[in-house]
Amino acid sequence: MLGKEKVLEILNKVVEYSNADMTEASITIGESSLTRFANSFIHQNVFEKNACLAVRAIIGKRIGYATTNKLDDEAICSVVKKAVAFAQHSAENPDFVSLPHPKPITPIDTYDQQTALFGPEDRASAVAQLISEARKQGASAAGLLSNGYQEFAVVNTLGVNAYNAMTRARLSTVMTSDSGHGFAEQVSQRIGDLNPISAAVEAATRAVRGQNPVKIEPGEYDVVLLPYAVEEMVILLADLGFSALAVQEGRSFMCGKFGQQITGKNITIWDDGLDTRGLPRPFDAEGVPKQRVDLIVKGIANAVVYDSYTAYKEGKESTGHSIGGPGTYGPFPTNLFLEPGDSSIDEMIASTKKGIFVTRFHYTNTIHPILTLFTGMTRDGTFLIEDGKITKPVKNLRFTDSILERFSNVEMISKDTMRGEWAVVPAIKARGFRFTGVTEF
Amino acid sequence: MKELTDRALDKVRQLGASYGDIRIVRRTNESLSTKNGKVEALESSTDEGFGIRVVADGAWGFASSLEITPEEVDRVAELAVRIAKASASVEHEPVKLAPVEPAEGRFEWEIKKDPFEIPIEEKISLLLDADHIIQQTPEIKVSEASMQFWRTEQIFASTEGSYIEQVKTESGAGIEATAVSEGEVQKRSYPASFGGDFATAGYEFVEAWDLVGNAERVAKEAAQLLTAPQCPSDTRALILEGSMLALQVHESCGHPIELDRVFGTEASYAGTSFLTPEKLGNFKYGSDIVNIVADATIPGGLGSFFYDDEGVPAQCVDIIDEGVFVGYLTSRETAEKLGQRSSGAMRADGWNRIPLIRMTNINLMPGDWTLDEMIEDTKRGLYAGTVVSWSIDDMRLNFQFATEFAYDIEDGSLGKLFKNATYTGITYEFWGNCDAIAGEDEWHLWGIPNCGKGQPGQAAHVGHGVAPARFQNVRIGVVESQEESEE
Repeated sequence: MLGKEKVLEILNKVVEYSNADMTEASITIGESSLTRFANSFIHQNVFEKNACLAVRAIIGKRIGYATTNKLDDEAICSVVKKAVAFAQHSAENPDFVSLPHPKPITPIDTYDQQTALFGPEDRASAVAQLISEARKQGASAAGLLSNGYQEFAVVNTLGVNAYNAMTRARLSTVMTSDSGHGFAEQVSQRIGDLNPISAAVEAATRAVRGQNPVKIEPGEYDVVLLPYAVEEMVILLADLGFSALAVQEGRSFMCGKFGQQITGKNITIWDDGLDTRGLPRPFDAEGVPKQRVDLIVKGIANAVVYDSYTAYKEGKESTGHSIGGPGTYGPFPTNLFLEPGDSSIDEMIASTKKGIFVTRFHYTNTIHPILTLFTGMTRDGTFLIEDGKITKPVKNLRFTDSILERFSNVEMISKDTMRGEWAVVPAIKARGFRFTGVTEF
Repeated sequence: MKELTDRALDKVRQLGASYGDIRIVRRTNESLSTKNGKVEALESSTDEGFGIRVVADGAWGFASSLEITPEEVDRVAELAVRIAKASASVEHEPVKLAPVEPAEGRFEWEIKKDPFEIPIEEKISLLLDADHIIQQTPEIKVSEASMQFWRTEQIFASTEGSYIEQVKTESGAGIEATAVSEGEVQKRSYPASFGGDFATAGYEFVEAWDLVGNAERVAKEAAQLLTAPQCPSDTRALILEGSMLALQVHESCGHPIELDRVFGTEASYAGTSFLTPEKLGNFKYGSDIVNIVADATIPGGLGSFFYDDEGVPAQCVDIIDEGVFVGYLTSRETAEKLGQRSSGAMRADGWNRIPLIRMTNINLMPGDWTLDEMIEDTKRGLYAGTVVSWSIDDMRLNFQFATEFAYDIEDGSLGKLFKNATYTGITYEFWGNCDAIAGEDEWHLWGIPNCGKGQPGQAAHVGHGVAPARFQNVRIGVVESQEESEE
């Protein structure tokens, strides 16, 4: 770790070297490790120490952006010169108003020493436990275990001066038992929260049960979706419409719908970067403190997230959702929540006369942004539910459906939630999910 | 740099590694984009570092760092060996590598106009001109134009005696027009979606696409789509335009032939492959006119190079021969398992990533038709192109793609324009129904700079040479139109 003092010293040098009207300097620096396994042995094991020093220079309404991963004085001078030169050569952007002004940042504990220092031997030992449990259950394991730390800081000429250190850990596994597949994933700020044995049991149980899947006809079915699948739907919604830029450009499903019912009343989605039930961070890529934004409230389109560019354009304040870079992608929510309900997955299955149990989706992609139409495959544990029971595994199905339409037909929501990389979500039961094809395994 | 690479290789040998290599990579990138008549982004990035890969106790280890100093080389070399030994502590098959001749030399692709030397004003002016023309069509709400350039300088050295320097410059550009009306958003792109087309070439490649000359047409086509009827749902002949067919080749031919994927090492992420080893040489993958090669040697290809990141020379390898599956993309480790030499497909996305098997230029060889002849020869079909979305299952069999445009074909003539076209199928059935491929005159090598694979994620630059082709009995229009659902 460089530490707060050294990191801010680098950024202040950037600001000092720049002769632009306004300058923003940000840095991401850290170490990350990832142990990857397949066929129940480690086949890839990597370590990386890297940095990204980014400079945004503003001259009038002209903007230049440059990055480097070198942190010596010469590299700092060079990256500043490049950003300033790009700004000088750029055409004016009349919509640009200002970089953000400083605001008080609420400190949150996002760093765990054990997670930062967890070494290759520790990871190998954890993977060995997972593989051993998989074998006991009759399954072969593939997956990853990763850990690392990152220091992130932002300084600008208007007085923003923000620093944060955070850790991340992730365990993900796909297990295979003959023709059956299962999946489990755990993420946390703390490596100590991950449990290789429970992940192995979860994935292997479904893999063993999933052997010899049968082919069923595509069509509309009620579905029980595990949180892995629900998280993907929520992230796709965010990508399609929770950004102020998408609204300003008229390509969001939220356009013209604010105050209107767009999903069932049992759907409430918000983003809260400070909520430690997810993976929190105190401020965004512009150094603006994170705010809670209630995106959909009881099914009603309520709000979207802003960075400084989109906020100033509407005379508003940033909600702390800049993702950095040159700003072309627009703001994005990164700690999403879907409000839990009062059911359990067992109750969802028990209440289903005929339906499909889906563990997770594979290769989802959007077909139509306004209709929130998406396609993808089911994967790693798809089962038929008949008369309130899971009766048999089924071959993976292709779906083509509207997320908002499906969120308008949610019958049950679980009280338990799962923490994913981007969202904290429950399982749901929804009516009439459109399966449009089937594959051969 | 030779002193540093020697130091790293000596160190890993001393620590007991049976194999080691080091790559020192410097990559410079310049990205320019305009949106709605304004400069959206002017971005420059430089990135430099080294990565050391070793085999110790029969297992792999890799460590990398941004600090290119002798002390850091020592530290990272030690860490790489320690990581390999940790890998080996879990029961495993010992790594065996197919042989390769050590190579030495400096290799650089020639370009005509260095994109980094062209004044920023000139590049911006071209983008703003195209952007401005797109904006003249009233239905267009978002006009975009972009260019991107990379220069990669790399040194590879191994304990087997290779020391290879390579320099590569890549360029690409494209425009997009997004038309919006109430409840409808439609987009047209040129020359391809998601940033356009890319090549191992200089600024001359950008100029050749004539973005400005095509801007008005692209904008009008986007506006037309707003009022176009929904693509119908049925089964018919499908003729695919080049950039769409490039993606079809990428997803349903390129990824399934990666031998690491076949052996399960991508199982937990993007999946495995239906092309298991017993199918090699006897699986009927496509019709007799389907011939595919993996060609890393073709000039201008985004997937072209001189040596891969294991020091294996670039090659042109047969993949599909008259419809029969005959070859994989391989690494030294995976090739050895089949008793072969590596086909030279190991590449890493930078110094901080390990090499994986990546596509080179996966090319569908030209046929003897023309696009016009194909259309004239089609009684009932659809001519569709330009990628909107793509999805394929984790064995690379069941796919569904969406295109920006689709024209009805009735009795040999193009008819109505449809919006929101999709098509779906099973890989080998689809390629088995390929009955016409256009010839060399319409063949183009498309560049895709964002092929994702691996964990941590890596983006490879790959190429696909294709000419428009026709496929019979394809299910199109998975999403039914309002009229159809009411019938």
